[in-house]
Amino acid sequence: MRVYATYNIKGGVGKTTAAVNLAHLCAAGGHRTLLWDLDPQGAASFLFRVKPRVKGGGKALIRGRRALDDAIKGTDFDNLDLLPADFSYRTMDLLLAAAGGKPAGRIAALLRPLAADYDAAFLDCPPSISLVSENVLHAADVLLVPLIPTTLSLRTLDQLTEFVAGLDGRRPRVIAFFSMVDRRKRLHREITENLSAERPGVAGTVIPALSLVERMSVERAPVTAFAPRSRAARAYRALWSELPPPPAQPER
Amino acid sequence: MTPGLREFVLDGGVGADVGRANESAGDLTPAVRAALAQAFTLAADRGAAGTRRRTWLDTSDWRLHRAGLALQHERGRGAGRLLLTGGDGALLAEQPVTGRQPRWPRLAAALPGGPVTDRVLPLASPRALLPVAAAVSTVTVTRLLDAEGKTVARLIADAATVTGAAPGGRAAAAGEPAVTLPARLAVAEVRGYPGQARTAARLLHGVPGVAPAAQTMLQQALRALGRRPGDDGGGADARITAGMPAATAVAAVLLRLLEVCEQNLDGVLRDIDTEFLHDFRVAVRRTRSAVKLLGDVLPEGLAARYGAEFKWLGDATTPMRDLDVHLLGFDETARHLVAAKAQDLEPFRAFLLRRRARERRRLTAALRSPRFAAVTHDWRKALLEIRDEPAAAARGGPTAAELAVTTTARAYRKVTRRGGAITAESPPESLHDLRKRCKELRYLLEFFAPLHDPAAYRDVVGDLKKLQDVLGAFQDGQVQREEIRALADAMLAEHAAPAATLLAMGEVAARLAAGQAAARAAFGTRFARFAGPEGRRHMSVLLRTPHAGAPG
Repeated sequence: MRVYATYNIKGGVGKTTAAVNLAHLCAAGGHRTLLWDLDPQGAASFLFRVKPRVKGGGKALIRGRRALDDAIKGTDFDNLDLLPADFSYRTMDLLLAAAGGKPAGRIAALLRPLAADYDAAFLDCPPSISLVSENVLHAADVLLVPLIPTTLSLRTLDQLTEFVAGLDGRRPRVIAFFSMVDRRKRLHREITENLSAERPGVAGTVIPALSLVERMSVERAPVTAFAPRSRAARAYRALWSELPPPPAQPER
Repeated sequence: MTPGLREFVLDGGVGADVGRANESAGDLTPAVRAALAQAFTLAADRGAAGTRRRTWLDTSDWRLHRAGLALQHERGRGAGRLLLTGGDGALLAEQPVTGRQPRWPRLAAALPGGPVTDRVLPLASPRALLPVAAAVSTVTVTRLLDAEGKTVARLIADAATVTGAAPGGRAAAAGEPAVTLPARLAVAEVRGYPGQARTAARLLHGVPGVAPAAQTMLQQALRALGRRPGDDGGGADARITAGMPAATAVAAVLLRLLEVCEQNLDGVLRDIDTEFLHDFRVAVRRTRSAVKLLGDVLPEGLAARYGAEFKWLGDATTPMRDLDVHLLGFDETARHLVAAKAQDLEPFRAFLLRRRARERRRLTAALRSPRFAAVTHDWRKALLEIRDEPAAAARGGPTAAELAVTTTARAYRKVTRRGGAITAESPPESLHDLRKRCKELRYLLEFFAPLHDPAAYRDVVGDLKKLQDVLGAFQDGQVQREEIRALADAMLAEHAAPAATLLAMGEVAARLAAGQAAARAAFGTRFARFAGPEGRRHMSVLLRTPHAGAPG
């Protein structure tokens, strides 16, 4: 199973829309896919029309496999399941710290047994620097970082890259991509054109700021599902094709 | 993902509004719609609708069915899937079929890896999977939505036409009518929403003309084809009764054996799997034993003539079966090598395969020869005349029960006498001879099984089987060692034997010799148990107690 996480310290940069559309594309490609909505705001759960509620809350979930299995919901799409958000996730840091063992490896440990059921897992993370994000960094194989093309957000990427480099043990591959890009803004044009070429680890695909992406909250579906031929869907497909794919199912 | 299904059958004969579910895509009958609308909003899932082709697979001796399983190769849009379900239709495992669609029959060992194969392989191997039924369905899918517009269950309407057992669900062969099955409705659970699927099922329960499916689609399809699961006819039981004239009973037994030969013939000729030849050979061997031991009650000259013909047939099958035995155990043998490496044996495998191809051509020629056609045709004609002769009873002579007692007792005495004479110094041939006598006794017991008391029969056969196992292990080791030597000579003559391969073959032969020695050491105890007081008591109970339930 390959674990992808969409993460940024800042909010409102397109993490959830990326996680939702990429997970949908992954599932549509025939991979058994799980999307874990870790954000207590529950935007991904909302987009899939799943109630943001987990029986026993985050506490039960972090305690063991059983609660995790019971909490998973099928979405409207083949091969795509969702582990919904829960309002109790707002105190996830405390729950992780109280779980005992290695608190930073708890989410990775919870995901491990799911490898038999899924080829790919997407973690949609809340915007913060916390024990949750540390857990996500440990669990992820690919860390997808959406960036709005501003100087400040580039600084954030530098900080994040540095932080990941300093992690003990297995580190995720960091892949940043520009999100909510407005071609009419000069700064956006300059930064996206220069930086994608200059910096390794920045995807060539940019996700444009389009009203259709915003429309996802009205349609309550991935844009790749309700408008598969749109520019927005094409952009997510291009981004997906740049990412390392889930492992092929074992052949004998 | 669909963890669970609840299935219903639409009865077309009840209520005018209960039409076929596939009349138009996604259109369920008004009654079904009205029932479900009490709890859900319905939305046709046009993307999921389409044609689905199913081929159900099993070994020719229904091993999966016997294990309570049903295997299905399903093809719809995109790649196909292998689905394994339990007897109640519940999905146990599935795996995608990637790349080229498999053609059936296909050896279980040649299935692509996956959870279905993991469960099927140990049961089916070394047999092939054959289509037992095929169907083409028009499928429509309706999504059941909750108040949020979320899909919480799916309703799958499936109108299937059975197209026979043609591989891959192709159209029925000429002259084979296609049979339309009653339309089925299945409520598929969406993960995490079990309650909603239960609600949908409950609502369907109340719709006139919709009844819970009492049979799986496979069961319906087999019924439509007039096939009964398990009807491979592999058993040797013929319909005989205690009071029938012995000649009639013997003819019935021999006709049943001829039937088994013929049932396996096609599998042998097409080389579907090795077990067709094995079963064919067993039926030939049983026929030879029956002709030899019971042939006195048949018209004069018949036993002598057909004894020779069936010897010819048995001999024709031996070389290929011997090679099969080597090849079937090849991987296991290679695993046990200590000094040599597994790959050292590969030239031996290649040689065995070449030989097998040659022997297969010879066997096929024999089975397609006029001599074989004449033997089976004339033999059946002769046996039918005996079986159906109306005056047989009036002619006198022993009954089937009398023949069973005298021949079984005689065969048992022979086994105990010959076995008792075997000492540590006796040559291997004496054990081989005893093995043959044991087989004869076993066949007699099996021929007359319907006439014996089942408990007494189980005891005697249990004792005999233990003795036969030891004799079989000894003799198989002996034969295989001699063959390995002969094959090594042949490989050398053809310059097909690298030194490493010959050394590895030597190691295999040494291991066989060790196994043989162990079997020989165990013989004394096993024989003493069989021929001792307990074994004798079992046999005497069998011969004295007729089967209480045996007809007349």
